[in-house]
Amino acid sequence: MSDGAPTPPAMPALSVSGLVKRYGERTVVDSLDLDAAQGAVTAVLGPNGAGKTTTLEICEGLRNADLGSIRVLGQSPRDPTLRARVGVMLQEGGVYGSVSAVEALTHAAALYESPQGVSDLVDALGLAEVATVPSRRLSGGQRQRLGVALAIVGRPELVFLDEPTAGLDPQSRRAVWELIASLRDAGVAVVLTTHYLEEAEHLADHVVIMDHGRTLASGHPHDLVSSVASRTLRFTAESGLHLQGLEKRLPHGSTAVEVSPGTYLVTSPDLSEAMGHVSAWCIDLGINPTGISSEQRTLEDVFLDLTGDDLRP
Amino acid sequence: MTLDVRPRAAPASRPRRVLAHARLELVMLLRNGEQLLLTVVLPLGLLVALALTDIIDVGGSTREERLAIVVPGMVALAVLSTSFTALAIQTGFERRYGVLRRIGTTPLTRSDVLGGKSLAVLTIETAQVLVLSGVGAAMGWRPDPVGLVLMVPLVLVGSAALATLALLLAGVARAEATLALANLAYLVLASAGVVIPVEKAPDGVQPFLELLPSAALAESLRIATMDGSVNGYLVAVLVVWATLAGAGVSRWFRWE
Repeated sequence: MSDGAPTPPAMPALSVSGLVKRYGERTVVDSLDLDAAQGAVTAVLGPNGAGKTTTLEICEGLRNADLGSIRVLGQSPRDPTLRARVGVMLQEGGVYGSVSAVEALTHAAALYESPQGVSDLVDALGLAEVATVPSRRLSGGQRQRLGVALAIVGRPELVFLDEPTAGLDPQSRRAVWELIASLRDAGVAVVLTTHYLEEAEHLADHVVIMDHGRTLASGHPHDLVSSVASRTLRFTAESGLHLQGLEKRLPHGSTAVEVSPGTYLVTSPDLSEAMGHVSAWCIDLGINPTGISSEQRTLEDVFLDLTGDDLRP
Repeated sequence: MTLDVRPRAAPASRPRRVLAHARLELVMLLRNGEQLLLTVVLPLGLLVALALTDIIDVGGSTREERLAIVVPGMVALAVLSTSFTALAIQTGFERRYGVLRRIGTTPLTRSDVLGGKSLAVLTIETAQVLVLSGVGAAMGWRPDPVGLVLMVPLVLVGSAALATLALLLAGVARAEATLALANLAYLVLASAGVVIPVEKAPDGVQPFLELLPSAALAESLRIATMDGSVNGYLVAVLVVWATLAGAGVSRWFRWE
């Protein structure tokens, strides 16, 4: 935390509970809970259609919730005073095609009392070479970075970034990561959605995994990995085993699936008991399982287990 | 990374926000080549051509008589091109690019946006009126002095009527449809009582032409600059258009 940064208040920067959003018959967000702290990066992870963008748009005051309580910096999301205090990067840039990065940033900067310097922002996000090019001629990645710059030009207390690094080359992604880390260090609350698990793992203080509009798990990436790992074990054996027999033996609430040919995943509330049953079952069937382990190495494994879904960019 | 990102969030004052937005809208309007052709080159070219030749019979036998009809008509055409066509197309594409949506998350309020747009449009129209009147005067246009003063409120009312119609179109239709309709409407409205005066139309058609906002503006400008008087009926037509379209905008305009 730098000197002079405001002391983070006890209340979370963003607090969402029981959020419900329906489009006609379709429930897009279903009793979602989400908290984001000051001076922390909160990453919302989920497959396409999980409801991430809708959730963010409700918090940004762009859409109304059907049910639930949302407090943004202690206010209701549509409170007009939030418009200066909250920075927003939408998935679609929102910059007129004939307007350049410098013009868009100059316009945005003039809306705030003590904005960032436009040229500083242009440099920080590596847009110097294309600063005067009409935005319609920018690459997808350059447009993304302009979106990030527009979100922070007003020195906000809370920033919503909807897929800030989608389509960025590794160097640009690094630059955006550094910027997000410096926002956190300065006491800004950052809420972002991402398709990159690596990004969530490296950058986030708090990860929320959601699918079908619900929170499936949340916590520090490290805790999340170890807590889910403690309930899951993996083993390899010949493919195509019939698992009904195994599931009958396992403690109540356990599941067994063949996640890829010859790789089996067992989830159980009591892992040590499950481990014993798996071994006994294998002996009974005369199979020799290898690599029985309760270790999961990455957030990606957790994510796949929870959503059963690949992250599709 | 040397950026100081410590929070210091506060909105700028409303006048600064409106001015900043007016500046951007102005830059966008002036940058569009086709719009510039429509807003400046075409009215000016027509003014010169219609005053010097009789390729189109606008009425009047001398150059001065023709100028008395043509100059206020071209002022109305200029207002039509800026307040209606250019504004509609620009606003339509702002919606399409998601500009209005993003702006909805910044301290720029909807009334700031409308204020900025109005300021940008009026800045261009001031320049248009000055250029057209100046060139007209240099060619021998001799308007009634009172009428010259009356042009200001008449242009404001006419501009309000056409601009609210533009926002209504841009706020409900897709950007491509807005582009097509705004250009088509320009052609139709320009020829109906603006370039060619209402009195040149068949008798049965004239009362209907005067109900068009563009024709009502052109005719009221002609009457003002010729006689120094205000035609209350035509002004009422403009006010009704502005009121109806304004109500439609506040009801149906979609910001995203």
